[in-house]
Amino acid sequence: MIEVLTAGPLGTVQDLGREGLAHLGVGRSGAADRPAAALANRLVGNPGSAAVLELTLGGLHVRLERGVLAALTGAPCPVTVSGRAVGSHAPFWVHAGEQLRVGAPVRGLRSYLAVRGGVAVEPVLRSRSTDLLSGLGPPPLAPGMVLPIGEDRLDWPAADLAPQAELPEVPTLSVLPGPRLDWFAADALRVLCARPYVVSGDSNRIGVRLTGAALPRLVERQLPSEAVVSGAVQVPPSGQPIVFLADHPVTGGYPVIGVVDEVPAAAQVRPGQQVRFRVAKP
Amino acid sequence: MRILRCGRRAALVEVDALEQVLGLHACLSEDPPPGLVQLIPASRTLLVEYDPGRIGFDQLATELRGREAGTQVLAAERELVVPVSYDGADLAEVAELTGLTEDEVVARHLAGRYRVAFCGFAPGFGYLDGLDPALHVPRRSTPRVRIPAGSVALAGDYTAVYPRESPGGWQLIGRTELELWDLANYPPTALTPGTAVRFVRA
Repeated sequence: MIEVLTAGPLGTVQDLGREGLAHLGVGRSGAADRPAAALANRLVGNPGSAAVLELTLGGLHVRLERGVLAALTGAPCPVTVSGRAVGSHAPFWVHAGEQLRVGAPVRGLRSYLAVRGGVAVEPVLRSRSTDLLSGLGPPPLAPGMVLPIGEDRLDWPAADLAPQAELPEVPTLSVLPGPRLDWFAADALRVLCARPYVVSGDSNRIGVRLTGAALPRLVERQLPSEAVVSGAVQVPPSGQPIVFLADHPVTGGYPVIGVVDEVPAAAQVRPGQQVRFRVAKP
Repeated sequence: MRILRCGRRAALVEVDALEQVLGLHACLSEDPPPGLVQLIPASRTLLVEYDPGRIGFDQLATELRGREAGTQVLAAERELVVPVSYDGADLAEVAELTGLTEDEVVARHLAGRYRVAFCGFAPGFGYLDGLDPALHVPRRSTPRVRIPAGSVALAGDYTAVYPRESPGGWQLIGRTELELWDLANYPPTALTPGTAVRFVRA
């Protein structure tokens, strides 16, 4: 059991999400930075389908009832177990009754805490992910919550460290143009890539909202709602782009100018930070 | 048919009418091209998600074009009958907007033969196509914060049943006791795209 003492700004349970239900209006959800969540699972010897905790700006404080192997990935945070410092991106032991504290990340936004066996809250539609848009899945972490640990495990992990490149100060996101590039003025892609955009404070798991040069529209009529994908750069009438993340709506009514290749990097940008776009190679 | 790139794992197929969306959806579900992951219909488009390790965009586009001629809407395999109490909070307003009496609004809604065109807005929220043009009404100018599950509603060309309690701006004409959304089932709703729907008086 994991007993939550302090939840931090936003903590949720996440796994690979709900696949194959989008035609029923159920979005995929799941870890926003999927490779980071997958790495956390690998470091403790879990299958990729095991659920982990996704922390936004760290700030978690928990007590472990039984001893367990754990690992933190994604945005690197200071981690202590009963006051002793342990590293991120490497597995560590938490003994029975010990308290684990995750501080705030120096860079990046979302960190992933995996425990060997996985977080075993009750699945909803075959996934343990919290979808903040639709309200499916377990509620966000709150003090007093007790999370069971499951038996979703493989052999003991072979790696004891996964060196990570430092997260860039101004990440560059590659945009593959389309599907609705022709709804924008001819220079819209150039405008998008010319200067960095600033990440807005109302960004969340649904999308990264950006402020900067407005993207000029050519077609002014209303777009009938159509399905959107993770990484889609949707442009509402304000002209300020939104990059969709894991909890994006299944369909959207504003044109998508392009789709970002590096969704995990987009999931790590924090409010106030700058991001740059470039046109992706086809 | 226009086939548009939508990232590296999806193609957005744009057609002229909902009929063609449903036809292509049925055709691809029946006879999926290699590497097909998921299909998401909307009113004029079908998103085709694929595994780029198994099929490339150009090859997928060829597969999609090859099916264009063969697409036809198959007769719906199932019909869902929804019993409704026509006592919705906006029934009087809908009557006023349409110039019909409340009884005529109800009669026309009951006479319709509907089909789930696509789902969106919220999990299990199916847009039902086939609404009598006389019943096309705008959304409410101020959406409601809370609409109870089972509310039967109208907006634009569509009618729908709110599957769960949620906010919303549609005009409420009635309510069903039928549970259309159940998380204990997989899939959680019977309102899948293409399903025929008929309303009867509760």
